[in-house]
Amino acid sequence: MLCEQCHTRPATVHFTKIVGGDKTEYHLCETCAKEKGNVFAKAAQAFDFNHLLSGLLNMESSPGFAAPQPTSQRCDVCGLSYNQFTQTGRFGCPHCYDSFSSRLEPLLRRIQNNGQHSGKVPGKAGEQVIRKKTLDHLRAELQQAVAAEQFERAAELRDEIRALEQSLGQ
Amino acid sequence: MSLQDFLQRATTKWMKDSGPDDDIALTSRIRIARNIEDVPFPMLQTDSHANAVIEQVERAVNSPKVTAAGRFEILRIADMSALDRQVLVEKHLISRDLAEEVRHGAVALRSDEVVNVMINEEDHMRIQCLMPGLRLEEAWAVANQLDDALEEQIPYAFHDRYGYLTACPTNVGTGIRASVMLHLPGLVLSGQINRLLSAVSQVGLTVRGMYGEGSESAGNLFQVSNQVTLGETEEEIIGNLDSVVHQLIDHERSARRVLVQENRDGLEDRVSRSFGILAYARRMDSKETLQRLSDVRLGIDLGMITGVSAGILKELIVMTQPAFLQKYYNQELPPAERDLRRATLIRERLRLDDTEVQ
Repeated sequence: MLCEQCHTRPATVHFTKIVGGDKTEYHLCETCAKEKGNVFAKAAQAFDFNHLLSGLLNMESSPGFAAPQPTSQRCDVCGLSYNQFTQTGRFGCPHCYDSFSSRLEPLLRRIQNNGQHSGKVPGKAGEQVIRKKTLDHLRAELQQAVAAEQFERAAELRDEIRALEQSLGQ
Repeated sequence: MSLQDFLQRATTKWMKDSGPDDDIALTSRIRIARNIEDVPFPMLQTDSHANAVIEQVERAVNSPKVTAAGRFEILRIADMSALDRQVLVEKHLISRDLAEEVRHGAVALRSDEVVNVMINEEDHMRIQCLMPGLRLEEAWAVANQLDDALEEQIPYAFHDRYGYLTACPTNVGTGIRASVMLHLPGLVLSGQINRLLSAVSQVGLTVRGMYGEGSESAGNLFQVSNQVTLGETEEEIIGNLDSVVHQLIDHERSARRVLVQENRDGLEDRVSRSFGILAYARRMDSKETLQRLSDVRLGIDLGMITGVSAGILKELIVMTQPAFLQKYYNQELPPAERDLRRATLIRERLRLDDTEVQ
């Protein structure tokens, strides 16, 4: 049988489409079938990288291994759930890395060998990252100072925090 | 328009120019994934997020520091015809995924087409630099410079521990994917390819066939790239790939030498036969085209075919893809018609050169 589209190559792809009771049969060669597009492309992609990744992710939840985690765990910024992540292999926003950090570590060890970035650091953002870290540190110290009733130290810390916050544009 | 004129206008730098070791390493590519702070990744983007990202990149590429190296033009996928999108894919300027991202996708193309930024694909930005030959460090330098200039305008999502944050954790850290497209007919013909490719995958690199499915590669073209993006510096990643690629090139060269020594007649027959088919056939499908072009290129490299420019492999691989063919003939062509036109175009192209088969 020849391909019903190009009438030159033998038809090697046969499929039946049923939409609302209407049945259509197609007999195409591979080239024309690819041309027809998605139907076959989708089937071919069924085992693509993301599926492989989500397979890896789900391995964690095999019985007896991973500590039970609430399945409803979500990123508090974009609302993506961990389950959604395991299905697509993609995060929803930059904050997801912190939201899911406890579950991310074993995954990164598996797909990336190592969990600590050692490459390029952006000039501006890098500086901001360092400032934010300092800020977190100062805030923690401030709370301790207040709890210990060291008000002079607390006032100093408060001024330092304000200055930093201003430079960060918050 | 004559074929020569069309070639002048349609071909992009990596297809025309040459570079170190470009008899085997056809192109080098660096791609860096970057995202904008506090903005959802494209998967969860709303229209207004997506537009804001495009506008932010547009402003940044128009900053003096960026334009000093070349002017960029922003093209939205939605504003392009399906054919034009496909042409950009076939020129390797955008990915297939971006071409399908009709709602939010865009690309910032630099006029020389050496470096560009894909916008709202899997990540907000993917800076890409593509060069002919084995020039990973040079490509990295160009991409890195653009990254630095963009970074002055755009606040990147960066984590002190995980580095540059990306939608998929397989890109996190440096966000870099370095790859080289290799033409390895000697290793394929001598049956060594699978052994070498599995060795390559054990040193943190991945290999895939450029055209065709799975590990099979029409045209003996393979793409080798780094797998790991976190925990190593960009220079280490590139250096590792570069040294493995050098070894693959050496193996390919010695495989070719052995093939010539052991079976010169057979090899000459093969490349001449393929040349004959390309020069005279009236109907060529894309798979056979790739195979024959690979043979002819091998014949050119081994001095068995003279007078044909060595760039013909890269050039015709792209020129004979479906969208390019339709662009050249300026009309929509069903696959069967394409096979006829493809054969015509190849014959015309070969006549442009002063060919001689020995």
